[in-house]
Amino acid sequence: MAAITTLHYLVVAAALFVIGTVGVLTRRNVVIILMSIELILNAVNLNLVAFSRLWNLQGQVFSIFVIADAAAEAAVGLGILITFFRNKETVNVDEVDLLKW
Amino acid sequence: MTPIAPTFFFYFLSAVALISAILVITRKNPVHSALALIVTLLSLAGLYLMLYAPFVTGVQVIVYAGGIMVLFLFVIMLVNIERAMKEEEFNKQWIAGLIASLLLGGLFLAVYFKGRAIFPSEFTKIPEQMNTQQVGMLIFQNYLLPFEIASLLLLVAIVGAVVMAKKKLS
Repeated sequence: MAAITTLHYLVVAAALFVIGTVGVLTRRNVVIILMSIELILNAVNLNLVAFSRLWNLQGQVFSIFVIADAAAEAAVGLGILITFFRNKETVNVDEVDLLKW
Repeated sequence: MTPIAPTFFFYFLSAVALISAILVITRKNPVHSALALIVTLLSLAGLYLMLYAPFVTGVQVIVYAGGIMVLFLFVIMLVNIERAMKEEEFNKQWIAGLIASLLLGGLFLAVYFKGRAIFPSEFTKIPEQMNTQQVGMLIFQNYLLPFEIASLLLLVAIVGAVVMAKKKLS
């Protein structure tokens, strides 16, 4: 078996990113869309850490910033979701069309 | 002769991460999705450990698998999942989404395989026992201002979440 190079990690991260994109584009439940966004952020983190193995540690520092950002995003997104559910009694994104027309 | 264990663990952890990521976006019950997402996050933490990033591993396990997932499970319990589970789970544009994502993935792979020549041929030698110290030095010396801005961002997010989720007094 060949040794594991950076390219292997990048391919795994690309696959995770694509899975997250499919989730964001195709699901109707807001909770699962937020989870897919977390998957995308994790793919980016894997890229950053894999490249920081090649150069220096700054990629790891940046991935920690990305994790902090993901925490903030999850808190705000779930707050919006609770307000939304209280007003419309649904969690489906295609039933939110107040701003559409 | 390369050692066999890192190769095995890389493929094992990647397979677990990708399979449970697919489970996240295909399960009908959001609780099952959340549990599969926890498995993905933990196997990604294992991959970070293989990349000699123990501090990021710890942050991943504590903040993601501990904090954010608890938040998700709480919100799933607050909203009504019985009704959501009876409905159609995918929206009508799933073919367009699938095609767009496959194009995106093909673009990524093309860029990676074309641009492989610019990667350095070998890993830098990072002293393994110093990782947390070095990350701390970087955060508190080179990246002190972004670190403080991140704390401000978290404060804004806390205030925003509380304001949005509290009941209207009328």
